Amino acid sequence: MDYYRPDTTEDALSWLASHVGQARTIAAGCTDLLAATPNSGLSGPVLDLTGINEMRGIAEQPDAWRIGAATTWTDIIRHPLPPAFDALKLAAREVGSVQIQNAATIAGNLCNASPAADGAPCLLGLDASVELASVEGVRPLPLDAFILGPRRTALRPDEIVSAIVVPKTAARGVSTFLKLGARKYLVISIAMVSARLVIESGMVSDAAIAVGACSPVARRLDAVESRLRGTSVDAALASLATDALVAETLSPIDDVRADAAYRSHSAAELVRRAIAAITTPGREVAA
Amino acid sequence: MNIHHAQIRLTVNGEDRSLNSSPATRLSEVLREELGLPGTKSGCDAGDCGACTVLVEDEPICSCLTPVAQMTGKSVRTVEGLRTETLSALQESFLRHGAAQCGICTPGMLMAATALLEDHPEPDRKEVEDALGGVLCRCTGYSKIIDAVCEAHALKEKTPAPSAGAAIGSRMERLDGHDKVAGTEKYGADDWPAGSLLVRAIRSPHDHAHFRFGDINTWTSGKVGVEAVFTASDIPGENSYSVIPAFADQPALAETCARFAGEAVAIVAGEPEVIRNLDLSDFPVEWEALTPLMEPAAARDAAAARIHADREGNILIAGKVVTGDADAAMSGAAFTASAEFSTGYVEHAYIEPEAGSAWMDGNVLTIRACTQAPHMDLQDTSRVLGLPDGALRIIPAAAGGGFGSKLDVSLQPLIGLVTLKTGRPCRMVYTRQESMASTTKRHPSIMTASIGADADGRVQAMRFDGDFNTGAYSSWGPTVAVRVPVHASGPYRTPNYHAVARAVHTHGPVSGAFRGFGVPQAALIQELLYDDIAETGGFDRLELRRINALRDGDHSVCGQEMKGAGIAECLDALVPHWRQALEECESFNAASTTMKRGVGVASCWYGCGNTGLPNPSTVRLGITADGRLKLHQGATDIGQGSNTVITQICADALGVPVDRFELIGPDTALTPDCGKTSASRQTYVTGKAAEKAGAALREKILRFSNRASDAQIEIDPGSGVIRVVDDQTTLIAVSEMEPNDLGYCLSAEETYDPPTVGLDENGQGIPYAVYGYGAQMAVVDVDTALGRVYVRRVVAAHDLGRVINPMLAEGQIEGGVAQGLGMALMEEYLPGRTANLHDYLIPTIGDMPEIETIFIEKPDPEGPSGAKGLGEHALIPTAPAILNAIRHACGARLTRLPALPHRVLAAIRAKEATQ
Repeated sequence: MDYYRPDTTEDALSWLASHVGQARTIAAGCTDLLAATPNSGLSGPVLDLTGINEMRGIAEQPDAWRIGAATTWTDIIRHPLPPAFDALKLAAREVGSVQIQNAATIAGNLCNASPAADGAPCLLGLDASVELASVEGVRPLPLDAFILGPRRTALRPDEIVSAIVVPKTAARGVSTFLKLGARKYLVISIAMVSARLVIESGMVSDAAIAVGACSPVARRLDAVESRLRGTSVDAALASLATDALVAETLSPIDDVRADAAYRSHSAAELVRRAIAAITTPGREVAA
Repeated sequence: MNIHHAQIRLTVNGEDRSLNSSPATRLSEVLREELGLPGTKSGCDAGDCGACTVLVEDEPICSCLTPVAQMTGKSVRTVEGLRTETLSALQESFLRHGAAQCGICTPGMLMAATALLEDHPEPDRKEVEDALGGVLCRCTGYSKIIDAVCEAHALKEKTPAPSAGAAIGSRMERLDGHDKVAGTEKYGADDWPAGSLLVRAIRSPHDHAHFRFGDINTWTSGKVGVEAVFTASDIPGENSYSVIPAFADQPALAETCARFAGEAVAIVAGEPEVIRNLDLSDFPVEWEALTPLMEPAAARDAAAARIHADREGNILIAGKVVTGDADAAMSGAAFTASAEFSTGYVEHAYIEPEAGSAWMDGNVLTIRACTQAPHMDLQDTSRVLGLPDGALRIIPAAAGGGFGSKLDVSLQPLIGLVTLKTGRPCRMVYTRQESMASTTKRHPSIMTASIGADADGRVQAMRFDGDFNTGAYSSWGPTVAVRVPVHASGPYRTPNYHAVARAVHTHGPVSGAFRGFGVPQAALIQELLYDDIAETGGFDRLELRRINALRDGDHSVCGQEMKGAGIAECLDALVPHWRQALEECESFNAASTTMKRGVGVASCWYGCGNTGLPNPSTVRLGITADGRLKLHQGATDIGQGSNTVITQICADALGVPVDRFELIGPDTALTPDCGKTSASRQTYVTGKAAEKAGAALREKILRFSNRASDAQIEIDPGSGVIRVVDDQTTLIAVSEMEPNDLGYCLSAEETYDPPTVGLDENGQGIPYAVYGYGAQMAVVDVDTALGRVYVRRVVAAHDLGRVINPMLAEGQIEGGVAQGLGMALMEEYLPGRTANLHDYLIPTIGDMPEIETIFIEKPDPEGPSGAKGLGEHALIPTAPAILNAIRHACGARLTRLPALPHRVLAAIRAKEATQ
């Protein structure tokens, strides 16, 4: 079994370059990879990125927050971050169980490209980009251009995701995350919502609202956001996110968890609750 | 660096280890297979159940999702590392609180809790829930696990071992608990003979298909390590079995036609390292997919093809109970209500997928596997393998949950075949997907019913008609069809009654036994109709049930005169809770717009044991020449506690303390038949046999020593002497006595068979000698904008006749409530779509309400010390009580399970539309 667990990104990229065109497994937390096989282990050759220290951790840079690709959800929960990241931290607590959060990585969640990926709506709401690395160099790609559809990404065969980058322009305001499922823990979303609002002088100066599990790829709700921007914060703010306005962007499906109409309605209800939760601090919110 | 096996060095429980396994291997497999640490369990290999939780650098992870290469240089801790000389405080706390039932989730729970307690030694309930949210338990309902973790820092006092005659009623720890909390209990996948072949099955991907094998020899010949392939043509006996032999119809390996997706058609055996990951997708079998009949309505259509040639209309059997004139009484009723109700397949979802091993012991084929019914496994497996009496032995492995499904054989005939044909030991472990796709389910039901009551709310009439989808093979379909009409009235006086239930074949999964045999489904519609009557007639819902409750001297719908009926007492016990809950709902709802609170109530009754058929248990008890007391306890303990409860009953009958007993078995070579662990019969039937055996041995000893009937019998294992003490002491020197051929100097063996009378064509007779009763009240919050339901509180009043062990009985009730809650709110198995534990949801630790248990002890004249059964009862009222509470909260009248959020919301909208 060819199982390669390098110490540096450079070594990982060289290995990858030499394996282009071959079946191979790029592994990190393995919480999706091993869940998807009945076999006793991963099938090789395997490139395991978890030995590369520089790929794990969160760094504040002058213009951005850089989250290493192999940063686990537990790392994110424990790292001090501005309130704009609260949604991401709340989502981190909803990724499977504590056991999963201790192993699963932020980039793995994106590369797995599940429509119900817990991290995707929050990162969309933070205007995140992914940093794609190959021996040829690094190219940034906005997250909404990276995840193309269920289980489909723009990752080239010679590339890995090396980091997630959140620009400081988006790391502003206050955010929250609501996930709706049929049980408390270990649950795949029926719908989930990430909301981030920047409130200045009693007005919404910026809004980032994203919904997951209600379309092939999590989506930002542009129509709702523009309705919110420039509006004064009062008790009626949340009601601007009407069912119809939310539904414009979504294309939910019927599945074992819920039907499409319900998904669409519940997404809107969650958006309203998320907005209300941000603008009414101390309020407990159910989802 | 490129990792090779020899380079993986890690620390496991403080010891340095280097590995031979491939670096890509799951840590769980390495721990279990290479390092000999099977305390870490594999329940799903997908991170959905958490049974495999271990600590890496003190943090919990799922070892099934971790390639061992990542453990290089790391410190791994498993359940085997928790214990030093003695159990850790946490393990001891689990034992004392009764937090382990079957014990299969216990290692995962312990490890997740250890991580929590190392950071927060005195956690609150919320912290415990957050920490254990990733470990599923199907037995306990989590309550006692939460208590055990919260209180591990201040260990509660151990319940002292009960003295002679005081065992019944004691909250003593389970006698088989140590190994469960120590992680040393051996389940089906944990123990196998050296050199065992590994067996895997080829299964039908189609609901219905004809198939032909290609050239199996060619497929096999190129594969080093593949020892053998077997198909139906290799089966030496009769290739059909059923838990009820008269209905034998299920092949161990299908012959030319697969009748459900997941049915085995061939098995492959060989060296484990080859077989484990062998690609079976190119196995030479050609499928001709046929249009399946998936719904009873389609299967009953006159034009439908027969799934079994001899079963007209695809009806396996129908059961009927008729008394009085339901139609006439209904037309004269002051209030009537009607409903249709449907439920789907429910999966048992025990955390242990089926597993076992087989080997030859001389000429005896020996199978050690998970089971609830060793003697039935013996019967079915002998039949399939053509083995004469004495040529097969079944040793039940510890069962990691059963709930009815492990009554049917699964892999026993398959591994038996391999060992019989090859002469080599073998083992087989089902994957989660395989377990869910191939084993039995709760019957889906489509029911219609109506109830009529007089102006005072006294029920005068009920009609019930139900189609129960029994799937491809008979299994327990006949039992469901017979039990449902007997019980569909609920524990209420129903003088005019007409009930029919049919078991209908389809090409769906085989429906078998699942805690309640169809009665939980029937209770859903009956209890819904009681709330309809209450609404129409303006009756208090609890009061309506109280005035209709069966009382001693009343006759059941089968014409049986009721004795020891405790349902009225159960309902009475709920009265103060009910009143308080109604007030609480009113004030809560006055202050809340979106979240609405409601309370609901429902009852159960359930006859213990077979319906109007014999089902004896035999218990043997003996004293050896060195003075050891051995109880041959054949009631398989699948976590419910029969090892403990049967011993408690026997101990008091004999008059010696429980701690003098040694337990033997179950094992078909060592224990007489105690029947199956099902139908809530073990405490009652085997308990009664144990009581008789204890009393018989006592009488022998007293007669032998010529002492008074109240003399004290003192057993001192190893002493070779029994002391019998009244006003003087007599010594019986067993060491000087000639042991019988079983090795006993003094012994007793007693059989008990419940006195029942078979049902006539109208279902009249005495179907059961003993019934248990219960009533539960549920308080729920409904998020009326999202349809999400939160169960806040359940008060469960159950009449057990006599509570043998209150701690274990509470555990049964809490576990039953959890399964009832799951059935009500989230569980539905969809063939081909939810054969895993992330699409099929069962309750997690965070979904459980606070549960208050109230025991009613109205003695049964027949049961041992008055005891009645409990196992199934606990689940029956939960789902209808929850549905009735939802309706009370928001008006949503649900007639389909599970009440998923979108269905609840739709029902709320439907209610709003009528207003």
